[in-house]
Amino acid sequence: MTDAISVAGLVKTFGPTKALDGLDLVVRTGEVHGFLGPNGAGKSTTIRILLGMMRADAGVARLLGGDPWADATALHRRLAYVPGDVVLWPGLSGGEVIDLLGRMRGGLNKRRRTELLERFDLDPRKKGRAYSKGNRQKVALVAALASDVELLLLDEPTSGLDPLMEEAFREAVREEQRRGDRTVLLSSHILSEVEALCDRVTIIRDGRTVETGTLTELRHLTRTTIEAELAGPADGLAAMPGVHDLLVRDGRVRFDIDAAALDPALRHLTAAGVRSLVSRPPTLEELFLRHYSSTPAAHDSSQPAAQDAPEATR
Amino acid sequence: MTALTGTWGLVRLILRRDRVLTPLWVLVLGLVPISYVASIDGLFPSAAARQQYADLSAHNAGFVALYGRLHGSSLGELVAWRGGFIPVMAGLFCILTVIRHTRAEEDSGRRELLGSAVVGRHAPLAAALVSVFAAGLVLCAVLALGMIGQGLPAAGSWAFGAELAVTGWVFAAVAAMAAQLTAGAGSARAIAIGALAAAYVLRIVGDVGALDDGTPSWAGRLSPLEWVTWIRPYGEDAWWPVALTAGVAVALALGAAALSTRRDLGAGLLPPRLGRPAAGPALRSPLALAWRLHRGLLAGWAAGFAVLGVVLGYLAASVADLVRDAPQMADVFARLGGAAGLVDDYLAATTNLFGLIASAYAVQATLRARAEETSGRAEAVLGTAVGRLRWLGGHLAFSLLGPAAVLAAAGLAMGLAHGLNTGEAARQTSRLLAAALVQLPAVWVLAGVTVALYGLLPRLTALGWGAPVFCLLIGMVGAAIGLDQWVLDVSPFTHVPRLPADRFGVVPLASLSAIAAALTAAGLAAFRRRDLPIP
Ligand SMILES: Nc1ncnc2c1ncn2[C@@H]1O[C@H](COP(=O)(O)OP(=O)(O)OP(=O)(O)O)[C@@H](O)[C@H]1O
Ligand SMILES: [Mg+2]
Repeated sequence: MTDAISVAGLVKTFGPTKALDGLDLVVRTGEVHGFLGPNGAGKSTTIRILLGMMRADAGVARLLGGDPWADATALHRRLAYVPGDVVLWPGLSGGEVIDLLGRMRGGLNKRRRTELLERFDLDPRKKGRAYSKGNRQKVALVAALASDVELLLLDEPTSGLDPLMEEAFREAVREEQRRGDRTVLLSSHILSEVEALCDRVTIIRDGRTVETGTLTELRHLTRTTIEAELAGPADGLAAMPGVHDLLVRDGRVRFDIDAAALDPALRHLTAAGVRSLVSRPPTLEELFLRHYSSTPAAHDSSQPAAQDAPEATR
Repeated sequence: MTALTGTWGLVRLILRRDRVLTPLWVLVLGLVPISYVASIDGLFPSAAARQQYADLSAHNAGFVALYGRLHGSSLGELVAWRGGFIPVMAGLFCILTVIRHTRAEEDSGRRELLGSAVVGRHAPLAAALVSVFAAGLVLCAVLALGMIGQGLPAAGSWAFGAELAVTGWVFAAVAAMAAQLTAGAGSARAIAIGALAAAYVLRIVGDVGALDDGTPSWAGRLSPLEWVTWIRPYGEDAWWPVALTAGVAVALALGAAALSTRRDLGAGLLPPRLGRPAAGPALRSPLALAWRLHRGLLAGWAAGFAVLGVVLGYLAASVADLVRDAPQMADVFARLGGAAGLVDDYLAATTNLFGLIASAYAVQATLRARAEETSGRAEAVLGTAVGRLRWLGGHLAFSLLGPAAVLAAAGLAMGLAHGLNTGEAARQTSRLLAAALVQLPAVWVLAGVTVALYGLLPRLTALGWGAPVFCLLIGMVGAAIGLDQWVLDVSPFTHVPRLPADRFGVVPLASLSAIAAALTAAGLAAFRRRDLPIP
C-alpha cells in the first residue's frame, strides 16, 4: 500500500451546483501533500467525502486501503481531521475538547499534548466561546497533532493563526514529516506554507484536477520570463509556438515562454546574436494565479504531461 | 440616532426568518380564547347559569390559582378569565423570540457579521424588540377582531387583546435585559423564563391570598401578570394598567439598551468562569458529551415540571371542594376539559397536559442534534472513530429518556403535594407517577416525528414543533369546539389511558410505542445514509 489516498473521477453535485466534476487525487504514504484551489473549487467537499461524511455520486475514493464511506468508523481511528472553521462547544473548555476528541479517536499522547499546548501558547482552561478564532483553530490542531494517527486531513488549518503560530504549526508538521510514516493532506490558501511544507501539490479548479506534482515539476510546466538584448532583429519570434506577451523595443525583447518551447526559442535568439540574457523562473504566486484564473480548457492544451495520471488503485 | 442605523433592515430580516413561527404562535394564542366563546356560551346559555358558575369558580382556590380572580359573570368576562393562562404563553413566546434574535445571534457569530456592516450598536436589540412588539399588536388585533366577530363588545375585546400584547411586551423587555447579563443564550433564556415563572407564582400567591379577606396580598403587586388582570376586560376595561405595563416594558427595554453599552459583544455583564484544563475521566464518549450539552436543559425542565406539579397537585383538593359544594357542576367541568369535575379526572387531565408539554421538550432535545450539525460541531465528533448512530444516539437518549425524567418529576411532585394534602402520600405518589409515565409513548411518537424529519428532510427539522403545537391545540380546544373524533384521534395523546381516572390499557401504549419506534427507525436509517452536514 503506497498511496494513503487515491481518488479518481470523483463527482459530487449539490442540486444545480457541480462541486466535484471528475476530480483525481493521489497522496502517497509519508508525504505532505498540498491541496490547492480557489474558493469553492471543491477542496472541503473532497475532504468530506474522504471522511465518509458525504457520498460521491460517481468515482472511486480509497483511504488508507479502505472505503471511506463503508469503513468510516474504523478508518477514523487511524486519522485526524481539522476542519477549516472550528466551532467549539460553549460550555466545554479547550482542554476538555482536546481530550474528548482524542479519546473518541482512540487515544491521545499526553506528553505531546502538553508540548503542543506550550508551543501553541494555548490556555486550555478557557470555555469555547471565550476563544478567539485563531485559538479555536489551535484547539483543533492540538487535538489532531497529539493523536497517534497515520493520516492528518487538514482543511485550511492555519486560517486565523498569527505568523508566530503559523511557524509553530510548520514546525509541528515538519516533525511529523521527519517521522516518515505520517501522511498529511493539507488544504491551504497560504502559498508560502505550501512551499515550505509540501512534497507534492494538487491544484484543483471547478471540481477538477488541473495539476499534480512536486513544486519543481510544476515550475517546469509553466512559463519562464526571458529578457534579452540582441545583436540583430529576431524576426519570427512572435510566430513561434509557446511564446507569449512578446515585447520588442530597440534591440531588446521580453517574452514569456512555455517550458516545452524553451529550447527552440533560445536557438532562435542565439541565431540573432545574444548580447545579454536574463531568465526568470515563475514565482509561486504567478504559478498559482495562472492555474486559478485561466479557463480549464485553455489550460489543458498547454500542459501535455501535466497530470500525474492518477492511476486508480483499487 | 446612528446607534439605530439599520434597524429597519434587521426587522425585515427577522420577519423573514420568523415568517412561519411567529404567525403560528399568534394564531394559536389568538384562536384558543376565541374558541372559548362558543364553548362557554353553549355550556351556560342563560345569565343565571353563568352567574352560578361564576360564583363557584370565583371562590375556588384551584381556579383562582390557575386563571386568576373572576370579577363578573358576563360571557366576555368568563372567556377572558378562562383564558387567564394565555398571557403567560404570550410572555413565553416573546422571551424565546427575543433571545433567539439577540443572544443566540451573538453566540452564533452572525451578529458580528452584521455589526461590521452598516448597523448601529443598538440596532439588533431594537430590531428584535420592534418585531416582537409588532407581533404583540397583531395578536391584539387578531384576538379583538375574533372576539368582536363572536358578538362580544368591542371595548372589552380590544382591552383583552391589549392585555395579551402588553404582557408579551414586558417579558420581551425582561428577555432583552437577561440577554445582556450572561454570555450564552441558554442561561439568558433560563433567567428570563425564571422571571416569568416567578411572576406567575407571585400572581398565584397574591390572588389566592385575596380569597380569604378580599384584599390581594402585596406579593401580587410585584407581578406584571397581576397588573394586567387589573385591566378586567369586558368589566371595567381599564386602560391605565395597559399604560403601566407598557411603560414598564419600555423602561426595561431602555435599561437593556443601557446595559448593552457596558459590555462587549459576545460577552455578558456577569464574568465568565474558567473551565478545567483537562477532561474528567468520564468525558470520553458521545453519550458523555451529550450529557454535558443536555444536562442544563434537562435540569431546567425537571425543575419547572416539579414546581408546576406541586402547584397543580396541591390544587387537586380544591377541585374536590368544588364538587362537594356543587355536585351538579361536575359534568360541566368535565366537558370544559382542563379542570374536570372529579378529582381523578382533574388529575388525569393534568398529567395529560404534562405529557403534551413534555413532548415540546422532546422536540427541543432532538433539535439539538440538528443544531450540532449545522454549527459544524457534529463534524468534529464524526471525524473521530464515532459512528453516526452512536453520535445521534447520545442526543436521542435525551429526547427519549429526558421526557421520562421530567414526567417522573412532575408525577412525584403532584403525588406528594396532593398526597400530603389528603393524608395518603404513598398511594397518591405511586398513582400519579404512573399517570405521568403512561404519557411517555405519546411523547415518543412526537419525538419520533422529529427524528424522522431530521433523517429524511433535515432542512425541515424545525417543523417538528408543529406536532406538539397541533396536539396542544387539539387537547385544549378540540373537544370544546366539537371537532370530529377522527381529528382528535390524530393526536397520540387522545389514546393515552386516562390514569388515574380510567383503567390502564396495554394495547394503546404498545401501539403508540410501535409507531414511535417505526418513526425513529425510519429517521435513523435515513440519517445513516445521508450527507453530512446539510446546511
Ligand atoms: N452541502 C452543500 N450544499 C450545497 N452546496 C454545497 C455544499 N457544500 C459545498 N457546496 C458547494 O460546492 C462547491 C465546493 O465547495 P467547497 O466547500 O468544497 O469549496 P472549497 O474548495 O473548500 O472552498 P474554500 O476555499 O472557500 O474553502 C461550492 O460551490 C459550494 O457552494
Ligand atoms: Mg473549504
